[in-house]
Amino acid sequence: MADEVSPTLMTGAQALVESLERVGVEVVFGIPGGAILPAYDPLFDSKLVKHILVRHEQGAGHAAEGYAMVTGKVGVCMATSGPGATNLVTAIADAYMDSVPIVAITGQVASPAIGTDAFQEADIRGITFPITKHSYLIKKAEDIPHAIAAAFHIAKTGRPGPVLVDIAKDALATKAPFVWPESLDLPGYRPVTRPHVKQMREAARLIGQAERPVLYVGGGAVKAKAHEALAELVKITGIPVVTTLMARGIVPDSHELNYGMPGMHGTVAAVGALQRSDLLITLGARFDDRVTGRLDSFAPVAKVIHADIDPAEISKNRVADVPIVGDLGVVIEELNTLLRGADLPDYSPWVAYLSNLRTKYTLDLEPTKDGLLSPEYVIRRLGELAGPEAYYVSGVGQHQMWAAHLLPHERPGRWLNSGGAGTMGYCVPAAMGAQVGRPEAVVWGIDGDGCFQMTNQELVTCALEGIPIKIAVMNNQSLGMVRQWQTLFYGERYSNTDLKTNRIPNFPMLAEAMGAAGFRAETPDEVDEVIKAAMAINDRPVVVEFVVHKDAMVWPMVAAGTSNDDIKIARDLAPDWEGEDL
Amino acid sequence: MSTHTLSVLVENKPGVLARVAGLFARRGYNIESLAVGPTEKPELSRITLQVSVSSPQVLEQIVKQLNKLIEVLKIVELQEGSSVRRELVLIKVRGDAATRGQIIEIVQLFRGKTVDVHQDSMTIEATGSPDKLEALLEMLAPYGIRELVQSGLVALGRGSRSLTERAKIDKTRTAANTTN
Repeated sequence: MADEVSPTLMTGAQALVESLERVGVEVVFGIPGGAILPAYDPLFDSKLVKHILVRHEQGAGHAAEGYAMVTGKVGVCMATSGPGATNLVTAIADAYMDSVPIVAITGQVASPAIGTDAFQEADIRGITFPITKHSYLIKKAEDIPHAIAAAFHIAKTGRPGPVLVDIAKDALATKAPFVWPESLDLPGYRPVTRPHVKQMREAARLIGQAERPVLYVGGGAVKAKAHEALAELVKITGIPVVTTLMARGIVPDSHELNYGMPGMHGTVAAVGALQRSDLLITLGARFDDRVTGRLDSFAPVAKVIHADIDPAEISKNRVADVPIVGDLGVVIEELNTLLRGADLPDYSPWVAYLSNLRTKYTLDLEPTKDGLLSPEYVIRRLGELAGPEAYYVSGVGQHQMWAAHLLPHERPGRWLNSGGAGTMGYCVPAAMGAQVGRPEAVVWGIDGDGCFQMTNQELVTCALEGIPIKIAVMNNQSLGMVRQWQTLFYGERYSNTDLKTNRIPNFPMLAEAMGAAGFRAETPDEVDEVIKAAMAINDRPVVVEFVVHKDAMVWPMVAAGTSNDDIKIARDLAPDWEGEDL
Repeated sequence: MSTHTLSVLVENKPGVLARVAGLFARRGYNIESLAVGPTEKPELSRITLQVSVSSPQVLEQIVKQLNKLIEVLKIVELQEGSSVRRELVLIKVRGDAATRGQIIEIVQLFRGKTVDVHQDSMTIEATGSPDKLEALLEMLAPYGIRELVQSGLVALGRGSRSLTERAKIDKTRTAANTTN
């Protein structure tokens, strides 16, 4: 360790590794290359920081996200300049959209060469301006410790997000005294964590007057680890809950007041709860278009309490009647203090109405007509066998929606997926990162045949590093969600959605070639068998292909650009709102 | 649409202007003018922005999004009545022996200066509020404007308080500055 009194002289690369050790980094996912090469030399000797050599930088980025999601720590990915850095862009954008704390460290060409279109030069800081919480371009060795300390602080505090640190090669190679910053020089960064008392009282007052309140809970509540406070709030008030795609599991799905996921593919009860509500108590959600549908007809009569750590989310899409800026854990606990013992209205007619919707519009599984497996059945069965303690990591598309509904979402922070960005290819590398963060846990990826073919090479990394993730590939031979839209909105003209994955690739063989175990199930009685076989393997990754039928569609559905009131429970079939008296 | 003047105190670091300009571009906000320069403190720069917005919510979003930039220290909206606002314009206008006298007279009326003169042209420097400069241009237009360059608006609040001081005060009042 460096001596603060007479600073040790070290290279920028050594200072980088020393800084990473000081902020507590345990693992870095990355690939070396020319400009970042100096950093890899001292990294080779680090006893504290393990490096996992991935097969594509995008995989490093998603792995950092997966690691961050399950540990609550900052995930780290590393790449060289130019294409190495640009390959990180998708993962950085994904982390930005879903507020995942990661730090991306990239090599940059030597500072005199910056701006000359040098070999493998790309202005990665400029490229990532719109998709990072903050970024640094470091040209001097002595600036490295502060940049790393600040990057980790910014990534994990306030609204979490990705921070990029781009370091010129000469800054890594030259020597400078190592000085660890005692305090951070960030005068423009002061996230507000304590909510305003006046607004809290106003929120409590509105709750005390509402007849049809709903807790609209988003991913921010998961990031804030507010599940216990939230459980208490639900207990105190008896107010119904809907949990967005990013918040599945924060309130157990088995809880009688949890009406499930709202939005484009939400349950009728959850969508109905928002549409009919007179008070949305919005906790760490951001009125995303996939939740609101057409904004001007979203929750038309509701007043809005909106609590978020990011002031810019409040009144961005829907104007809030009561804006609350603060850490959700603190906000909900203060709300509990205000509401405990308060004389609250009788919400039971409202609860009965929603419970009736839930009973009436269940997510029924229908047998397929072509004898192939039903993807919904497979996902439900997988959840039943793997149980609520497993971590579930999804790709993007139909399988993601079914997984969001049908898996046992009983614990907070067990569900990882790409919500805001909708990044196909997220599943395999994010599952890898999650398994690294939780080596003792069972990590299941639920992927599609389209998604899987984008990033499956990380199974090689998993095989070599002994990361025993299990990936269920729902092979419906097509880009299923796109195909669903073609079925519904493009006259069943299936332009370029047929992946022909019934012929190529052979997924079990592909898995075996990458050092993973490969299985395939084609009939219902094989389903349990292969899941159990996969669960029995713990020394290498496993891929299980489920050959499912391609005409399965995700219901319910609110078509893009339409009102939530026009939700369909099946093709051309709308729920009967009016039949239920409120 | 309404136009607002924002004075944004930022850290004087490379890339800050790109972040601010990029934020406006990617979120589709309209910048009418932008001026950036040093302040009384070498570590700080000040950006004066004129933005046009369709609703108060959009202005609120702009301020909130700007505030999220780590290098932005303080944002205030300068109201027209309580601030001094100036633009600088350089105008190359056609003018020969016959018209030169008339032009000089106009320029003097507007308290401008003639900074360069040739046989058939002269260059005028003028500062002032956007309205005043517009009026000057209108007067000069009949003579023929050959070239024109104009700075963005810069503005200071009236009274003794300074933006940098206000930014410092806010540092100690962390809870109060972002809630609306």
